[in-house]
Amino acid sequence: MTNRKHLREQPRAAAAQIVRPYGDTTGDGMIQVSFTLPLPCDKLAEGAALQLARKMGMDPALVVHAKAIGPDFTFFVVYGSSNHLVDLDAVHVQEREFALLSPKEVNLQIKRGLRRRLVVVGACIGTDAHTVGIDAILNIKGFAGEKGLEYYAEMGVVNLGAQVLVPDLVAKARAAKADAVLVSQVVTQKDVHIHNVSQMTAAFREAYPAGKVPLLVVGGPRFEEGSEQRLGVDRIFGRGTTPSEVASYLVHALVPDSHTTTRRKAS
Amino acid sequence: MPSSPLIHLDAGQVRAARRLARQAGEPVVRLATTQTTVSVERATLRLAGLRGADHEGQPWVNHLVDAVRAQVGLQDGVTTPVFDALRRRAAPDLITLAQASASDSVTFTMPEGKAAQAAQRAARAAVAVGIRTIDRQRATRERLIRRHGDPAQTPWIYLIVATGDIDEDIPQAQAAARAGADVIAVIRSTGQSLLDYVPEGATHEGFAGTYATQENFRLMRAALDETSREVGRYIRLTNYASGLCMPEIAALAGLERLDMMLNDSMYGILFRDINPIRTFVDQRFSRQIHARAGIIINTGEDNYLTTADAVEAAHTVTVSQLLNEYFAKEAGLADWQLGLGHAFEINPAIPDSFRLELAHALLARTLFPDAPLKWMPPTKHMTGDVFRGYLLDGFFNLAGTLTGQGILLVGMMTEAVVTPFLSDRDLALQNVRYVLDAAGGLREDFHPPRNGVIQTRARAVLAEAVELLERITTDQGRAGAERGRADAAYPPLLAAIADGTFGLMKRPPDRGKGLDGVVLKADGYDNPATTLLETGATR
Repeated sequence: MTNRKHLREQPRAAAAQIVRPYGDTTGDGMIQVSFTLPLPCDKLAEGAALQLARKMGMDPALVVHAKAIGPDFTFFVVYGSSNHLVDLDAVHVQEREFALLSPKEVNLQIKRGLRRRLVVVGACIGTDAHTVGIDAILNIKGFAGEKGLEYYAEMGVVNLGAQVLVPDLVAKARAAKADAVLVSQVVTQKDVHIHNVSQMTAAFREAYPAGKVPLLVVGGPRFEEGSEQRLGVDRIFGRGTTPSEVASYLVHALVPDSHTTTRRKAS
Repeated sequence: MPSSPLIHLDAGQVRAARRLARQAGEPVVRLATTQTTVSVERATLRLAGLRGADHEGQPWVNHLVDAVRAQVGLQDGVTTPVFDALRRRAAPDLITLAQASASDSVTFTMPEGKAAQAAQRAARAAVAVGIRTIDRQRATRERLIRRHGDPAQTPWIYLIVATGDIDEDIPQAQAAARAGADVIAVIRSTGQSLLDYVPEGATHEGFAGTYATQENFRLMRAALDETSREVGRYIRLTNYASGLCMPEIAALAGLERLDMMLNDSMYGILFRDINPIRTFVDQRFSRQIHARAGIIINTGEDNYLTTADAVEAAHTVTVSQLLNEYFAKEAGLADWQLGLGHAFEINPAIPDSFRLELAHALLARTLFPDAPLKWMPPTKHMTGDVFRGYLLDGFFNLAGTLTGQGILLVGMMTEAVVTPFLSDRDLALQNVRYVLDAAGGLREDFHPPRNGVIQTRARAVLAEAVELLERITTDQGRAGAERGRADAAYPPLLAAIADGTFGLMKRPPDRGKGLDGVVLKADGYDNPATTLLETGATR
C-alpha cells in the first residue's frame, strides 16, 4: 500500500509511466522467486526450473539454489531479469474508502460520535457450519494477530454461531437493536452463499421500515469484489480481512462525524 | 534437563505462588467433584466398549446417555441404570441397548439394594476392560520407546499437519517425521470443539484441520509406528482434548495410544465460551485419564499472548501455568507429563525484546524444573515479510535451546500468510537444525548475571504473578460476598473468570456453551471409571 502511494507521489514525467523491477541498477528488471517442483533433484529438475523461469518472463534466469526435499521434490531459488514492463496508466486499484483505525481510535470515535455501544450481531447462515470467518472477526482471539470485535469496549457483540436460520437472525438483530449485522459464508457449492445472502437481505428489508435496516456486511472467500449492489448488502469483505478493517468500516459507516468524513451511503 | 538453575528466584515467593495456586484451585476441584457431565458419562460408556454411530453419524453413546437422562436422570451416573437394564435382559449387549434406546423401546429404572450393587459390579467389570486397554497401550509405548529410542536432542521438534483428510495427513506426517519431526500434531477441524459429540470413522472433509475420531487416531498411530521403525526413534502423536467432548477424546486418546494431548484448564472457557463448570468437571476426568495413559499434556498459555500484550500480560502466563500445574497434579499427572505452554510473542520492535523473551522463558524453566515446557513460536508479529519471519523464528529457536525448553513447536515463516508450503516446512526444519547444532550446547556458557536485565525481569514477573493470585484468592471472594452477587457462592477463581481477569473475557459460571450438560451428583452416584482411575485398580 505504502509503496503504491510512494509511486504516485513521484513527479509524473512521461518516462516514469513505465517501471521495471529494481535490483541494484535502474531498469535491470531483477527479481527473485522460489518454488518447488515435484521432481527428484537432478539436472533435469534444474532444466525444468529454468524453463519455468523463462516462461514467467525471466531472461536471463539463474538457478542459484536447488535442494532436494525428500526423494520426490526439489526446492529452487531463481534470480533473473524480468522482461515484463509495468505500465502505471493501466494499473487500477480499488482504494479502501475508509481510514484504518486502531482499537483505541475505534472505541473513542464510537464513544464520541454514538454515545452508546455499537451493537454488532454476527452469524453463519443457512447450513454453513464454518464459523471460522465470523469467529476470526468477532472472537477475542481474533485473526492475524489482531483481536476480534469482542475485545472492543465500545462494541456490543452477539455471535449467534453456525447454521442460523434467517428469520432467527432477523429476530435476534431486532431484539439486540443491532447497528450492524455480519454474516459469513464459507460454503459456496452451487452458489449457495449468493442464495443465502439474497434471502437474508430480503428478510431484513421486509422486517425493518425503510432506512432503518441495520448495516448488512457479508464476508467470505468467494464473494465477488464490487457485487454489493447486486446482493443488496452494504459491504463485502474477502479473504484475509482482519477485525480492525471491519471495525474501522463500521465506524466509518455508522458513527456520525467520524473522522473519516463520508457518511453511510444508502444502497 | 537443567542441572542448576540459570536464574535465582526467591524460594519464599515460589512457595507462595504454589500455595496461592492451590488455594485458588482447591474450591474449584471441590465444586467439580460434586458434578458430572454428559461427556464424562459418555466417556465412561466408551471405556465400557460402546462404539459406533447411527446412519446419521450420531454416536451410540450420545443416544444412550440422552435416553437415560430423559428417563431417570444422570445424577446417579449413567452406568448403574444401563447395566441394570442389561442384567434385566433388556438387550444382549451395550450396542443393542443403545440402538433400542434410540427408538425409545427400553425402560430404564434406578435399581436399589442388591440389584444396584449387581449393576455397579457389572459396570465396573466392563469399564475395567477399557482401563486395562489404556494400561496396555501405555506399556506398549514404553516398550516402543525402549526399542526405537527417544529423540537424540531436546527440545523435541513438534510439527503440525492439517489437511482435513486423514489419507492426506498420513503421508505428510510420515514425511515430516523423516525430515526430523519428533512429535506430530494433527490439528482438528475448525468448530470441532463446539460439537457435543465425537464424529465417527475415518474422515476426509475437515475444514482447516482433520476431525478427531477414534478411527483417525488409530490410522495415524499405526502409520507413525511404521515410521518410528524406519527412522529409529519413537514418533509421538498429538491431538486436542478440549472443547465439549474433552473427556471422550481423552478416553479415545488413551485407547489408541496418542502420546500428547492439548489440554488447558481455562482455554475453552475463555476462548470458546464453554461453561466454566462444565470445563473444570470435564477437564478433571480427562486429566485423570491422561495421567493413567502416560500422556503428556500441552497447556495453552500461548493463547493469552495472542490477545494481550506479551510484556504486560507475561504474569498471566505464569499464573495460568501455576493453575494448570495444580489442577494437573490434583488429577494425578506427574511433572514429566506437564507440557506447560508459553510463547515467543513480544513485539520485536521494542528494545531488548529478545532479552525479555529469555527472561520469561527462564522464569518458566526455573519455576517448573521437571516439566517438559512447550515453547510456541511467534504468530502475532509475523507480518507477511517472510524473510524477517524466518529471522524471528531463528531467534525463537535460539531462545528455546538456550533456556532448555522441552517441546519446540516449529515456527513457519509463512505464519498468517498461507498454509505452509512443503518448502516452508523444510526451511523451518533447517532453521531448527542449524540453531540446535550450532548453539545446542551454548546453555553451558550462558549465565545471566544476578542483577542483570534477564534475572531482574524474571523476578518482577513472578512478583506480579503472586500479586494477581493474591487478588484472585482474597479480594475476589471478599468483593463478591460484599456485593452479594450470585457468583459470591462460587469459588473465587470462578468469580475472577467471570470478572474478566484472564484474557479480558468475562465468563460467568452460569453461562456459556454446554451448561445444560452439567448435572449435580446424587449421594448414590457411581462412576466405575473414576473409581478405577482414582484407586489405580485394574478390575
